[in-house]
Amino acid sequence: MKEIHGDFSKKSKKRKLESFGRTISFVCIALIVLVVLSILYFVISKGVSTFFVDHVSLKDFLFGTLWRPGEVGEDGNPLVGALPMIVGSFGVTIFSAIFATPFAIAAAIYMVEISPKTGKKILQPVVELLVGIPSVVYGFIGLMVVVPTIRSIFGGTGFGILSATLVLFVMILPTVTSMAVDALQAVPRHYREASLAMGATRWQTIYKVVLRAATPGLLTAVVFGMARAFGEALAVQMVIGNAAMMPTSLITPASTLTSILTMSMGNTVMGTLENNVLWSLATILLIMALLFNILTRWIGKKGAMNK
Amino acid sequence: MKLKKIKLLLTLAGLMLVATACGEVVDEESITAVGSSAMQPLVEAAGEQYSAENLGKFINVQGGGSGTGLSQIDAGAVDIGNSDIFAEESGGIDADKLVDHRIAVVGITPIVTPGTGVTDVTLEELRDIFTGKITNWAELGGKDLPITVLNRASGSGTRATFEQWVLGDEKSIVSQEQESSGTVRQIVANTPGTISYVAFSYVTDEVEALSINVVEPTNENVQNNDWIIWSYEHMYTNGEPEGLTKDFLDYMLSEDVQQTLIQALDYIPISNMKIERDVEGNTTPVQ
Amino acid sequence: MNPKKADKIAVGVIYMMSGIIVLILASLLLFILWRGLPEISWEFLTSPSKSFQVGGGVGIQLFNSFYLLILTMLISAPLALGAAIYLSEYAKKNWVTDFIRTAIEVLSSLPSIVVGLFGFLIFVVQWDFGFSILSGALALTIFNLPLLTRTIEDALQTIPATQREAGLALGLSRWETVTRVILPAALPGIITGMILAAGRIFGEAAALIYTAGQSAPALDFTNWNPRSITSPLNIMRPAETLAVHIWKINSEGVMPDGTQVSAGASAVLILAVMLFNLVSRYLGKKIQKKITSA
Repeated sequence: MKEIHGDFSKKSKKRKLESFGRTISFVCIALIVLVVLSILYFVISKGVSTFFVDHVSLKDFLFGTLWRPGEVGEDGNPLVGALPMIVGSFGVTIFSAIFATPFAIAAAIYMVEISPKTGKKILQPVVELLVGIPSVVYGFIGLMVVVPTIRSIFGGTGFGILSATLVLFVMILPTVTSMAVDALQAVPRHYREASLAMGATRWQTIYKVVLRAATPGLLTAVVFGMARAFGEALAVQMVIGNAAMMPTSLITPASTLTSILTMSMGNTVMGTLENNVLWSLATILLIMALLFNILTRWIGKKGAMNK
Repeated sequence: MKLKKIKLLLTLAGLMLVATACGEVVDEESITAVGSSAMQPLVEAAGEQYSAENLGKFINVQGGGSGTGLSQIDAGAVDIGNSDIFAEESGGIDADKLVDHRIAVVGITPIVTPGTGVTDVTLEELRDIFTGKITNWAELGGKDLPITVLNRASGSGTRATFEQWVLGDEKSIVSQEQESSGTVRQIVANTPGTISYVAFSYVTDEVEALSINVVEPTNENVQNNDWIIWSYEHMYTNGEPEGLTKDFLDYMLSEDVQQTLIQALDYIPISNMKIERDVEGNTTPVQ
Repeated sequence: MNPKKADKIAVGVIYMMSGIIVLILASLLLFILWRGLPEISWEFLTSPSKSFQVGGGVGIQLFNSFYLLILTMLISAPLALGAAIYLSEYAKKNWVTDFIRTAIEVLSSLPSIVVGLFGFLIFVVQWDFGFSILSGALALTIFNLPLLTRTIEDALQTIPATQREAGLALGLSRWETVTRVILPAALPGIITGMILAAGRIFGEAAALIYTAGQSAPALDFTNWNPRSITSPLNIMRPAETLAVHIWKINSEGVMPDGTQVSAGASAVLILAVMLFNLVSRYLGKKIQKKITSA
């Protein structure tokens, strides 16, 4: 009797294995969250010291248009207006997403719906390969090919938001495409079969059924692309011109948060205002990443409700 | 299957760590020098040469910019901090506890895209270009071509030196900026009408160096201060250097490095300088 | 419009756009290879780089890139796998899970330069790892984890719920179901995710500049004592990778043949990623065959 009781009250080998697996996977996720939190703390704590230690007003920082860290303006406040970079970052991100989205979705439709065989054989390897091209190579191709082309077509120096947009378009294309492919593939097969069985053409099926069903996934793909464009530094820095002034057109030199951040980080001394304000730029990048995320979530939820 | 593979890999990684921990102790020593990316090729080459001559001693050289070099040596995180500018010129650094070792001098020259029709300017004209008062090469007797100003990133040692000696108290206009000399040269070479500045060693046939007041940008003119846009290359230590650090700094200043390597890289040996200049820019002849 | 006509037009447009993509990408690849291939020789691939003379190679950088990739994968793959299993199989739908997902996605959109600086201040300075392969691998792990976790989770999710139910109905525990049923079935997807991640790691420069460093001290390939600085196995030595080398040449390089070296190095990088893709694909197919036949 006792033996049986012992057997029942003891955890079985299976239970042990189960809790072992559960613990391991939980530890992994906890570790990742810990890393994220420590990076957030690290960036934000440095970023806010611009406002609390150096007493720059948030309004001057977000809406000021003069960026000359290390110098003070007529009113005695440091000239650290980040608006030109914020506008530049949004500009290149939105434009490159507008360029890349239709192409990525078209390629994904081709690979999933129209010709999976050639798609898998040609498009997919090429796309995966492109992810491996380092951004510095993109930057130099941009500097050697894109900038001179823009210069000869539109005049000016060729540096600016347009050049950066074109470079970023190619850079985010692989990411958006491969995620769009995943999104389309996640649409259950019977959706398509039902639609085709009802007499819909291939395009009607794609447009009215597959794309609709995959909308949240596609949006995630685009937002991921936008996030990559927003955070890309080395390539953009080479073609945008890095002039910290409000962009007046698409072909005048401009700057982005990342380009100024990368360019100045090594030349500033930790703990000074010039350095802290760069971390404030990084904080904006973080907050933007968060906003992008909330946006997709919201759209995803809406999409789910409408179904 | 997958798990087994992962387990195997993990075990291998573990073994590697154990091997690292238990490997036989080797009699090796290394120091780290961090900072100015412009100085990196020089210090790296010298470090390699030094390691070849002194087995088991390694000089680990990293870039990152003068600001990084100064903050890291200030924090005591590295052995040597390389910088193009005086520690005193940089805010947030306790310059008193740092010891300055000047190992070379570098001249900086304005460069333009070939074909502007201008090869010589006065210092005032150069200042007016960078402060936005002159905006077309025609105003200087060249072609009718708008001037595009290209600066290095603010805080870069090259820019600080250029602005100190050319602009004085005036401020440069907001312009395009680039982080590195290599990129600056490439952009100047390809964008008609662009002006910027680089260290002498970066001047190639693709760009045109301007003379100022008919003084050519040459090492000889820097040595007697006829060409005033130049700066020291500093290697800072936190307190007096000791051991390998001291040995390596001595090596940097030895005739061997000064007269061969430093000249091969187009720097000016410190011993060739006929004058000495302090933080404020006051010069004294070298005895 | 007639639906048939619309169908034809739409499909035509899709063909055209896909064609344009292939064209852009192919010309990009050809451009890099056309500029770089003439520079590549056995000597270029094996000799050490030079800091200011002509004739430097990329031998050490190439080795460093692969070594760093392997180490990063060793650290990040198990972590990402565990995290993905948790998210896909165990996590309940509540705010904690939402929070975790948001955290991971925010991490993935961090600019790599921020990851690099974080790595510099924490691993290099705080933990005193110095500029080393270890610091670089840790920084790359941070950079790599979000995307890898996500792709593995996606791969796990594509396995139909019926497979899980079958496993549970057979009396397997949840964990056993995952390891014996779900993981093998999801393996090809997981491998594709890893290839994509490997490509990104291979080409990453910004996160490494301040962690693995920008110098490649000479290595002695006969020295396998991992504690010696000249040993290729040492994880505490500074290690410039191929991507960082390209960045360095282009920014401050003073070697006269910098353009050629950088063109050659870019081509090598592309070729390496290509080779890597092919090998992983082949392995993936083989593994799948083995599993499905067993």
